[in-house]
Amino acid sequence: MAKLPTPQMLVSSRPAFPDKAWLDTKPEFAPGSYCYPAKKETMELLHMPNPHDWDPAAEDWNLPDNWEKILCDAFEERLEKHRSLKLFMDICVRCGACADKCHFFLGTNDPKNMPVLRAELLRSLYRRDHAMLGRLLGKRVGARSWDKNVVKELFYYAYQCTECRRCSLFCPYGIDTAEITAIVRELLHEVGLGIHWIMDPVKNCSFTGNHLGIQPHSFKEIVEMLADDCETVTGIRPKTPFNEKGHEILFITPSGDVFADPGIYTFMGYLLLFHELDLDYTFSTYASEGGNFGSFTTFNMAKKLNAKMYAEAERLGVKWILGGECGHMWRVINQYMATYNGPAPSNMQTPVSPYTGTVFANAASTKMVHIAEFTADLIHHGKLNLDPSRNDHIITTFHDSCNPARAMGLLDEPRYVLKAVCNNFVEMPENTIREQTFCCGAGSGLNTEEIMELRMRSGMPRGNALRYVQQKFGVNHMACVCAIDRATLPPLANYWAPGVTVSGLHELVANALVMKGEAKRTMDLRQEDLPNVTDDDDAAQAQGEGQ
Amino acid sequence: MFISLLLVLLIGAIAWAGAAIGLASLFGVVLPYVAVVVFVAGVVWRMVYWSKSPVPFAIPTTGGQEASLDFIKQAKYDCPNTTWGVVQRMFLEVFCFRSLFRNTLGEVREDDPVNKGPRTIYYSSKWLWAFALVFHYCFLLVFLRHFRFFMEPVPSCISFLESIDGIMQIGSPRFFWTGGLLLVALIFLLCRRIFNQRLRYISLANDYFPLFLLIAIVGTGLCLRYFDKAEIAQVKVFIMGLTHFSPVSTEGINSLFFIHLTLVSVLLIYFPFSKLMHMPGVFFSPTRNLPNNTRAVRHVNPWNPPKQYFTYAEYEDTYRDAMAEAGLPLEKQPEKAAE
Repeated sequence: MAKLPTPQMLVSSRPAFPDKAWLDTKPEFAPGSYCYPAKKETMELLHMPNPHDWDPAAEDWNLPDNWEKILCDAFEERLEKHRSLKLFMDICVRCGACADKCHFFLGTNDPKNMPVLRAELLRSLYRRDHAMLGRLLGKRVGARSWDKNVVKELFYYAYQCTECRRCSLFCPYGIDTAEITAIVRELLHEVGLGIHWIMDPVKNCSFTGNHLGIQPHSFKEIVEMLADDCETVTGIRPKTPFNEKGHEILFITPSGDVFADPGIYTFMGYLLLFHELDLDYTFSTYASEGGNFGSFTTFNMAKKLNAKMYAEAERLGVKWILGGECGHMWRVINQYMATYNGPAPSNMQTPVSPYTGTVFANAASTKMVHIAEFTADLIHHGKLNLDPSRNDHIITTFHDSCNPARAMGLLDEPRYVLKAVCNNFVEMPENTIREQTFCCGAGSGLNTEEIMELRMRSGMPRGNALRYVQQKFGVNHMACVCAIDRATLPPLANYWAPGVTVSGLHELVANALVMKGEAKRTMDLRQEDLPNVTDDDDAAQAQGEGQ
Repeated sequence: MFISLLLVLLIGAIAWAGAAIGLASLFGVVLPYVAVVVFVAGVVWRMVYWSKSPVPFAIPTTGGQEASLDFIKQAKYDCPNTTWGVVQRMFLEVFCFRSLFRNTLGEVREDDPVNKGPRTIYYSSKWLWAFALVFHYCFLLVFLRHFRFFMEPVPSCISFLESIDGIMQIGSPRFFWTGGLLLVALIFLLCRRIFNQRLRYISLANDYFPLFLLIAIVGTGLCLRYFDKAEIAQVKVFIMGLTHFSPVSTEGINSLFFIHLTLVSVLLIYFPFSKLMHMPGVFFSPTRNLPNNTRAVRHVNPWNPPKQYFTYAEYEDTYRDAMAEAGLPLEKQPEKAAE
């Protein structure tokens, strides 16, 4: 990885707008500005159209001979399939309200990263064929024809958008750049253009059940190791049920959380919480992926990867599915899952919390509940014995992930939980949280190392907001409910606000959770010393009971 | 930008010249009829074009807290989960420009004393919202006021509107503040495009043209009322003739009126083929007009393709031995599967 410039240099090195009009400029494929291409074998294995070897930095991308026809036909087909696309191509007035809402634009000052121009890249092609004025007047009214440089431009900017939908919140007509980016990526896949960081997990998820390609026996082994770690910290070894039939609940979470620090601590949090509740649940090694990198390629690939959830719920005969903390996973579950693969199997029922009797009517069709909803409900009904002072060494803020915030509206549930398990909670500035939250800068499959400087740029708004609360209120921790965040925020925090640690919500829950029969806690889940621990057992216990 | 300006001036000049050489009935009678037909047919055609494509996925942009647990307060207007809630959200969007009201101005500071380094600050920025609102409402009111030319007797609500509009009782004929504000708002929107670097960079001829056209329409309208005054009674007789499909002579009406009428006709003709279609379009927007209830009610995609995926049976076939060794439950034990 190339050495990163300092934050000041990064900000001051943002170039001014080019003198030439945007129709006359071309992107420069400098190293670090693009993701590595998907391997030909991967694309072949997934039956993606026109797999081929290519290099984004090369002049010739080895497109198939009839590439223009393929793209024109594919665009036409998408227009017929998606009213949103036709509409978003027609009604933008270029008011510019979206411009400085985009983290990529703020961080790069590249005009084509203004959501309006990102969409214009496609709109200019649409105008040529579908708008009377474009047909008549061409370039004067922003219409142009396909050529190979246009394809390159589409690729460049479709992978400088994290589909976070912040612009769509501010757009007076709700034009959703995520929809446009998703469709541009679909078009590019038609001519064999995809990126390695997305297609490789897609391949893994297709054939092993999860993005990381962890095979069933290894998956079990890793989770058991995490259970061992839980025992080290709490003296209790949580149960780890796998692929068992006849349970009430199937639990599905992103596979990143069984694999990488700090996600593993969130996973340990789940294990401890479920053990304490004696939850009637099972994991599945087959449906071992909550996330869905397919959703960053094509709608059909998203459907294909998502199908395993209901298939497994049916095979195991569960009543409902509990879903872990993840961002794009919840975009898919909340807005696409029932449409893709529903209705839910007949063995499933509207989810009911076995402890509080709360009926999750908002999940009546999908039968899938977010763990923040589940835990908030438990805490509200006093079902958990919590000692938030165990988290007293942190002053935490909360990062809303784009998808739960703007494609679901999951805002107060995680905050309710967080406030119950931490005594020190500070919000970041109001235009950077809740529905106005800024992306970590690396969502939608862009969390890859080769574009680290670009990620730091697109993460600038989030990084600046974090830095602000760090300097002003001494914030030293950021909680989140997204597995990609847990992978992307640590380097971001390290760059923009060094000293801030990142964790999932349920890591903090498990730290605060006073379990029946647990050993005296002297360490948190990361096996770091807890604050305020005295040798006097009684005093510690009294403190615990006092909560 | 200049092309758009020249185009508008050219249209005005043609109308003036036409009226001067005795083609007033072409610009005053034929063109308005054509314009109205093109406008209505064009708008319907585009709406039908949109409607022909289905809405495969429900993708509302949630602008606040979802409806979930009973102790968590839902943002009813920004994140509705019912049809009635969506109606309220759309009302706020269409009549109050709710989304534009959120607008902020992001300023990137390189060296901020609090952050001890770079910091992005977001200032509330309501100018666009305010002037967009002024423009659209004044346009609506001016449009409604014009019905006094189309109806006999003039409905009392239109007369009432006029009396409110002229409430300041300045000048004679009385100054209508909607007309003045409309011009001010248009000039603001134009200046924004010209002087804001980002806006100038994204603006196309098709962004300037409607602005210049509207400025010209409002300008000629104001002139007709306050300066080069048209003979109102005669104009009304003429327009009533048009609305009753029995056009009367254009004799004696000043040519500025025909320029005004021509520009309005051009606006109507231009409308269905341009970004002005945002007016009907906003009602179609799937990020605004759908309830956030997709986990409670299944949204159906008419072209949903058949399910194709790596099934559990295939998965177990691939990993059976390793799974058996790890003690994972199996549908078929290895011995059984081998048979």
